[in-house]
Amino acid sequence: MTDDVDADKTAPSVTEAVRAATADISQPVRDVGLIVGVLFGVYALFAVFVFNQGLNSVVSTLRVVTFFIAVYAMLALALNLQWGYTGLFNIGVAGFMAVGVYTMGILAGDPAGSPPGLGLPLPFAIVAGMAAAAFVGLLTALPALRLRADYLAIVTLGISEIIRLTLNSGALNSWLIETVGIGTGAGSGMGLPSFSARGLFYVDGSTANQTALAEVVFAVTGPLGIRESVVIAWAYVFVLIVFVVGFYVLLARIGNSPFGRVLKSIREDELVASSLGKHTQLFKIKVFMLGCALMGLAGILWQGSQGFVSPNSFMPIVTFYVFVALIIGGSGSNTGSVVGAIVFVGLLFEGPRRAGGALSDALAFTANPNTSWEALTLVVSGEPLALFAYATDNISALQFVLLGVVLIVLMQKRPEGLLGHRNETAAAVPLTEQTRSIRGGESDEQ
Amino acid sequence: MGLTNSIELRELWETRRSVVLLGLFALVLCVDLLARLAGVEVGLTDSYSFGGALSLTRFGGLLWNGIVIGLIIGLAGIGLSMTYSILSFANFSHGDLLTTGAFGGWAATYIVAAVGTIELGSLLVVRAAGSVSPADIGANIVQTPFAILVGIVVAAAVTIAVALVIDRLVYKPMRDRGGIALLIASIGVALALRYIIQFIFGSRNRGVTDTTGVRVELVGISVNLHQLTLVVAAIVLMIAMHLMLQRTKLGKAMRAMADNKDLALVTGIPTERVVRATWVIGGGLAGVAGYFVVLDRGVIGFNLGWFLLLLIFAAVILGGIGSIYGAIAGGLVIGITYNVVLIWIPSDFNEAAAFALMILVLLYRPDGIFKGVTTA
Amino acid sequence: MSSDDVTADALATDATGDLSAPPESQDSPVERAAATTPPAVPLRVTNLKKTFGGITAVDDMSFSVESGSITGLIGPNGAGKSTTFNLISGALTPDSGTVYFNGQDITGLRPDQIATRGMVRTFQIARELPEMTVLENLMLAPKNQIGETLWRSVLPGVRGSVIEQETELREQAWETLEFFEIDHLATNEAGTLSGGQQKLLEMARALMTDPELVLLDEPMAGVNPSLERKILDRIHRLQEDGLTFLLVEHDMDVIMQHCEHVIVMHQGRLLAEGEPDTIRSNERVIEAYLGEDLE
Ligand SMILES: Nc1ncnc2c1ncn2[C@@H]1O[C@H](COP(=O)(O)OP(=O)(O)O)[C@@H](O)[C@H]1O
Ligand SMILES: [Mg+2]
Repeated sequence: MTDDVDADKTAPSVTEAVRAATADISQPVRDVGLIVGVLFGVYALFAVFVFNQGLNSVVSTLRVVTFFIAVYAMLALALNLQWGYTGLFNIGVAGFMAVGVYTMGILAGDPAGSPPGLGLPLPFAIVAGMAAAAFVGLLTALPALRLRADYLAIVTLGISEIIRLTLNSGALNSWLIETVGIGTGAGSGMGLPSFSARGLFYVDGSTANQTALAEVVFAVTGPLGIRESVVIAWAYVFVLIVFVVGFYVLLARIGNSPFGRVLKSIREDELVASSLGKHTQLFKIKVFMLGCALMGLAGILWQGSQGFVSPNSFMPIVTFYVFVALIIGGSGSNTGSVVGAIVFVGLLFEGPRRAGGALSDALAFTANPNTSWEALTLVVSGEPLALFAYATDNISALQFVLLGVVLIVLMQKRPEGLLGHRNETAAAVPLTEQTRSIRGGESDEQ
Repeated sequence: MGLTNSIELRELWETRRSVVLLGLFALVLCVDLLARLAGVEVGLTDSYSFGGALSLTRFGGLLWNGIVIGLIIGLAGIGLSMTYSILSFANFSHGDLLTTGAFGGWAATYIVAAVGTIELGSLLVVRAAGSVSPADIGANIVQTPFAILVGIVVAAAVTIAVALVIDRLVYKPMRDRGGIALLIASIGVALALRYIIQFIFGSRNRGVTDTTGVRVELVGISVNLHQLTLVVAAIVLMIAMHLMLQRTKLGKAMRAMADNKDLALVTGIPTERVVRATWVIGGGLAGVAGYFVVLDRGVIGFNLGWFLLLLIFAAVILGGIGSIYGAIAGGLVIGITYNVVLIWIPSDFNEAAAFALMILVLLYRPDGIFKGVTTA
Repeated sequence: MSSDDVTADALATDATGDLSAPPESQDSPVERAAATTPPAVPLRVTNLKKTFGGITAVDDMSFSVESGSITGLIGPNGAGKSTTFNLISGALTPDSGTVYFNGQDITGLRPDQIATRGMVRTFQIARELPEMTVLENLMLAPKNQIGETLWRSVLPGVRGSVIEQETELREQAWETLEFFEIDHLATNEAGTLSGGQQKLLEMARALMTDPELVLLDEPMAGVNPSLERKILDRIHRLQEDGLTFLLVEHDMDVIMQHCEHVIVMHQGRLLAEGEPDTIRSNERVIEAYLGEDLE
């Protein structure tokens, strides 16, 4: 009945209502479309770089790209929970990842290995790694979350560096091995139980004994010239994608809930939140711990697949990468976090390297200057390509310059991210205009 | 009397528990240090003992190294502290200004020291590649004092120019934005600047100074003349800084801005001029500090400033953000801590110890340890 | 821990020699409250003091607010009214003095603890949550939201009860918006509202906490006359429903017409207190207002 009343309203408000309703329904669909669209755009770009090397090479390249997209998407989502939702400016992401990875590595490591581990079951070690990251998050959060955002930034960066230096310490490693019987491997790193999807394809790890899945998949990929190892590596990437979806759903649920509403209110104005009866400190601690646990998990899934970890994997630059990914997409938005990770990995992280390689292959430079000065003199003496040759040789430096410039330009021109200002509903129920008409009867509270 | 005393102590304990604990900890360390210097040792367990043996020479050496690096950090910290309070953001690219000064200054020193004898290419890029050795160039304070002096001046000039350009391009369009937006932009600046330097000068860490004849006996003590030069120059610069702040109109305006930006705006101090002066002084001192890092260590690399950044932050926070004298004092505390803790902990941890000190200060004395003592 | 604080603060108050403070005793807070504060006085502050550096913003303020009343707190700019609110609501901790809410010492409690007990405040300069919609602003406020527990919001299976409560809250939010006649703005981001609308939003949001006592800091400042009438009308209607108001207002006339009881502050101190008529004719009040206020 109330619907009829609504339909009698003036035309503009009806169309507005319809538009709002469809917008609400199709928003997730459009977001998935956006993510897939950007992803395939990046794929197309990479396919161009390596198409002449055959299908196996293309598929293998796309796997590497997708792998990094997945791990940076997870990290960006975890950071989005802390910074985007709650406004907690944590630039110690790398440190919390390190805690997760090393805890996992020590617990699951081979007791006879070097450094020795405890040999506990892997699932337990992974959960413990997340718990340890959350615990270090708690230790950081308890005193530090009442600090101003810029002080929190310095504290978290400091803690992340302390963690890295500690793991890098030879003295600590030998002391640990002597007294506790486990170690960190210090600067030379630590072997990790390698995560792989091999088990899905081979029974007992023997290539001769394929599973049913393997027979089906290889029957398709084999004739296309795609190697089995590439397929197996892709399978692990699919596992990562499942985790990205899991992170996304978790964050979306948090965002669309009273809990998430409090987080956003803390980001907007903490005093208001607390004046309305919210124990903001508690919310901040919970969110910080959860975010750190997710960072730990992302680190574990990343480093675990490489079978080895060293403190060098946790330089502050990794944290900045995550920030760039999140800022590109738009801090505060989950879809933005994923899109940002795709754009970051595609255009800033993997892209320049591949483009440099492709360019130097295509142009086949004759000059090979060792220093910028040599390059410059060669250019002056009539060899303009020398500068290109030097640039492609030093593409990694230029890549960082590009990264820095992108960060500056984004902060100046588009701090809300590429997707622009987005607002994801901070409630477990829709809050559109029509929800007024769904209201039942005249249940006056007063 | 006794009662009020114990009440006061209890209150102190209850309100500032962490500070009291920290103070006690520091006291124990001091006593332990004295015991070690006196050669007293009290065994506690098998592997731990209180006191021990520490030669006065080793202690003196650590202290001296601490002062040297502390002055460098303090010099660099002045600029960071000023930009932090006047422009209201934590500048994460400050470390890379040191690197800028180091490369700019040493390229100049090399050219003055060896142009004509060594081909220009090697000198300009500070031995980025090739077979020329530091000894071939022979840049040091004994053989080429003038080249060093030119290097210091050029280090300052280049860094000032770079800092002003960056301010114009990056920070000026963002003046009205919040501290976090500027902080993130400064991370972008840090990356861009560091890797432009790497692109130009290469990624290799390499020796720069020629050390022949640099270590001499002065009044019976072995002294590194490079360190001595650095210490004297740093002190001169700091005194000049002090006079500028106290005596000149600009200096007073800067102190007012550092204290309270809004107030300064109301009273009509030309803000943009003060901002520019801040970059000139802060950038210049950072560049000189970068040059000195290389003079002290003898090695240059594109990462040198970035690796010092957190220590500089530590000094600034310790001294109280906005306080110039605090930055100097904080630099000395950090530099000395960084070296003297080696008495107690392995060298893999001294950097971590300095960071930990910084974090503790941020948590419990966010206005710095000298709060209420200094005014500028 | 909090009961320790209560005792310590009571002792501190006694030490300053205040006779009206609760007698030194180890009674439970409830008993002490029964003995000292009649239940009809939800808010009572004694000897409140706060200094900022050299400025004493609030100095030895003592007053109480009667249940069901609209009590006015007036004084020239800088008199210390907002600071008093901050001290009462827990945004600032007083240097000395005590705040009693429903007979319980709440001095030094966190703002959220005080709000949860049923005292909510608004801000002089509206503090909307700019990037949240008006409805989200309102739905933030209610107490006892089960969905504020992380696992209930996230785990599949238990979210049903959260959605149920959210539906109720949304209903209540719509009603409150209609009451304040800003329901047409429900889906707008709060940052896009005009100043007057933001004032209404703040009041609506405060009411969503289902408070007993509402502290309003200049709710009519910078608001056009018709909106001012609307706000005053709503305050009276809520008073009829049993709410108590402490209203800071700059404008004497408003206070005189709408409050049963008036407290006048001047330079951080209590200048006068009483019924509007007696205040109106109080020499010292007139002097203070003539001296500093041009309105
Ligand atoms: N956070 C603060 N820091 C320093 N001074 C303050 C602060 N808050 C208020 N004051 C000062 O306290 C005095 C009282 O201010 P306030 O309570 O806002 O007055 P009112 O609300 O009556 O206009 C003023 O002199 C003001 O400048
Ligand atoms: Mg006020």
